[in-house]
Amino acid sequence: MFGSEKIRGIFWQVLLLAAVVAGGWYLFSNTQANLARSNIQVGFDFLDREAGFEIAESWISFDASNSYGRAFLVGIGNTLYVALIGIVLATILGTIVGIARLSENWLVRKLASTYVEVMRNVPLLLQLFAWYVFFTELLPGVRQSINIGGLAFLSQRGMRFAWPVDHPAYDYAGIAFLAGIIAFFFYRSYANKRQQETGRQLPLALPALGLILGLPVIAWLVGGAPTDLDIPKMAGFGMRGGKNMSPEFTALLLGLTTYTAAFIAEVVRGGILAVDRGQTEAAEALGLNSGQRLRLVTLPQALRVIIPPMTSQYLNLTKNSSLAVAIGYPDLVSVANTSMNQTGQAIEAIAILMAVYLFISLLIALLMNFYNSRVRLIER
Amino acid sequence: MQWIKRNLFSSPFNTVLTLLCLGLLIWVVPPVVDWLFLKAVWGDQPVAACNAVRGEGACWAVVWAKFRFMMFGTYPFEEQWRPAIVIFILVGLLVVSAFKYFWNRSLIAIWTVGILLAYWLMAGGLGLSSIRTGQWGGLPVTLILAIFGIAFAFPLGILLALGRRSELPIIKSISVIYIEVVRGVPLITVLFMASVMLALFLPVGWQIDQLLRAQVAIILFVAAYLAEAVRGGMQAVPRGQYEAAEALGLPYWKSVGLVILPQALKISIPPIVNSFISLFKDTSLVVIIAIYDFAYAVKKSVETDFEWKKYFIEALLFSILVYWIFCFAMSKYSQWLEKDLARGHTR
Repeated sequence: MFGSEKIRGIFWQVLLLAAVVAGGWYLFSNTQANLARSNIQVGFDFLDREAGFEIAESWISFDASNSYGRAFLVGIGNTLYVALIGIVLATILGTIVGIARLSENWLVRKLASTYVEVMRNVPLLLQLFAWYVFFTELLPGVRQSINIGGLAFLSQRGMRFAWPVDHPAYDYAGIAFLAGIIAFFFYRSYANKRQQETGRQLPLALPALGLILGLPVIAWLVGGAPTDLDIPKMAGFGMRGGKNMSPEFTALLLGLTTYTAAFIAEVVRGGILAVDRGQTEAAEALGLNSGQRLRLVTLPQALRVIIPPMTSQYLNLTKNSSLAVAIGYPDLVSVANTSMNQTGQAIEAIAILMAVYLFISLLIALLMNFYNSRVRLIER
Repeated sequence: MQWIKRNLFSSPFNTVLTLLCLGLLIWVVPPVVDWLFLKAVWGDQPVAACNAVRGEGACWAVVWAKFRFMMFGTYPFEEQWRPAIVIFILVGLLVVSAFKYFWNRSLIAIWTVGILLAYWLMAGGLGLSSIRTGQWGGLPVTLILAIFGIAFAFPLGILLALGRRSELPIIKSISVIYIEVVRGVPLITVLFMASVMLALFLPVGWQIDQLLRAQVAIILFVAAYLAEAVRGGMQAVPRGQYEAAEALGLPYWKSVGLVILPQALKISIPPIVNSFISLFKDTSLVVIIAIYDFAYAVKKSVETDFEWKKYFIEALLFSILVYWIFCFAMSKYSQWLEKDLARGHTR
């Protein structure tokens, strides 16, 4: 009976399951005993209690009298905020550097590869420390702020920059922008249909520009074309007006962006190199112009190679934003850390931490898988 | 001349790019070189020498003044020859592992001896005075966290990879859940968990020291990444090899140990090297839970000294340089290795 492979398989699985359950139970009972001894109440009730600490930066109003639950929300928001901006900036910078590494220009190529080799071989934490020291010590005090064209001011308190004064016209422009994107998609499918039927191509580039950029501009003009800027000015011991980015946020954002960009550059370079030269030559032979070659032949094939590793770089950036705790940006980990130091609810705080990161990871993976399934090679 | 024309000024666009880059270099390089080298204070000099050129030149004297503490942290001063030897042993392990000549069972023996020797030198006993882990610090701790980390994560990673490829549903799902959960969360949360929760998991009254907690966290974390590297190698082993092992009547563990793993591990060496480079950089995160690794020793060495405190940047740059040398060497090796192994396959 024991010789049968099937029964042996079941036997080992039951044994492993039993071991996992027993181990889990052992740890659980130890934990309970330890908690009972130190008088810690298990549970998520503490989320309703008053937090009693301030958070320097927040996307929703928050003060010390708000609950721990709200503090966690602020932390999650801050994490997503820095990760989202970081992903966009790192993609732009990384793509530029990646293309520069393949440039015909020797100097550009060498500069780009030096950047990559320096950035990705130094721990991110040390880079964050360096950026943070740069912002808090090397930059001048707020009264001697470095003036960038009268619109932005760099100092130890971070970067303060001019920002348009609130006006409904900007809301109209935002809505027009979204409408422009949707309209462009409709136009593109119509153009594709026309091409299938008549063989004639409709222009794409100009209508795209007109719909996506032109519509918001028209909306802004119709809204009254406001041009008032809220320009930062010296006031007392600091500056007033405009928007401010704290040194913590700026250091974290720059650190994450420049570090991840080095990895993205390698991904982009690999993707472009993976497209066979013959493909470009074939497209040329078909009489496609350089824009069409890039859009119809090279890019779709390069994207196929680029997307999976790019996804993991985006995930890495999001996870790396947790290093914010080391330089004092109030991301999810810092909030959780403060909360568990104050309440002793370590298990719950860490459970929330892990659950949120797992959720974000899954979400990004799902989105990118969806996108990947659209650009993937469809074989017979 | 020909080369310059072809590589720098082949088209109007390229000419503009070249001029822009040159402008950038001329703007950035001279002041940086000035600060880093020409006007810097080198050698074993008092802090007054640095104060004299503050703002104009770097103060490398801080590295001389704090060198011992940066390297060995709070390890007892008279015994610091021991961690110094440990650095050589552990770096030696890495160098030996880089040679294909040792890629066989002898490597396991070499690593076992190296790790035991390093642990004995650090901890003491058997004739050496014993030093508790709370006093360990500096570069040896970084190397220990990384090298012990990968050594102990390796068997676990192989088991997880086998589990994930198993046809038995329970074993497979346990492995998949473990791997995906660990890879979905940042290392810092695992370190927090180890530093706070490990103490709760143990029976009442048991103590476990900080360094061991961090080491356990790193092992559990890296195992998931190693598992994926090894799984990639297993997938690349042709199906025929599995079938051949089965046809020979080899039982599961023998077919895995004698046929599949030797081939799979060889294929997964480049990704394993890359995981190790990431791990080496990631060990610096233990700074956040206040463990005296190299990064933390460097940070503390200047922060705790009122006179040298202003030269934090120079100390930071020194630690960046040390990490960079290690990681750059390993990544160059890994790139060379990938090419070298690929050549073997295509022929």
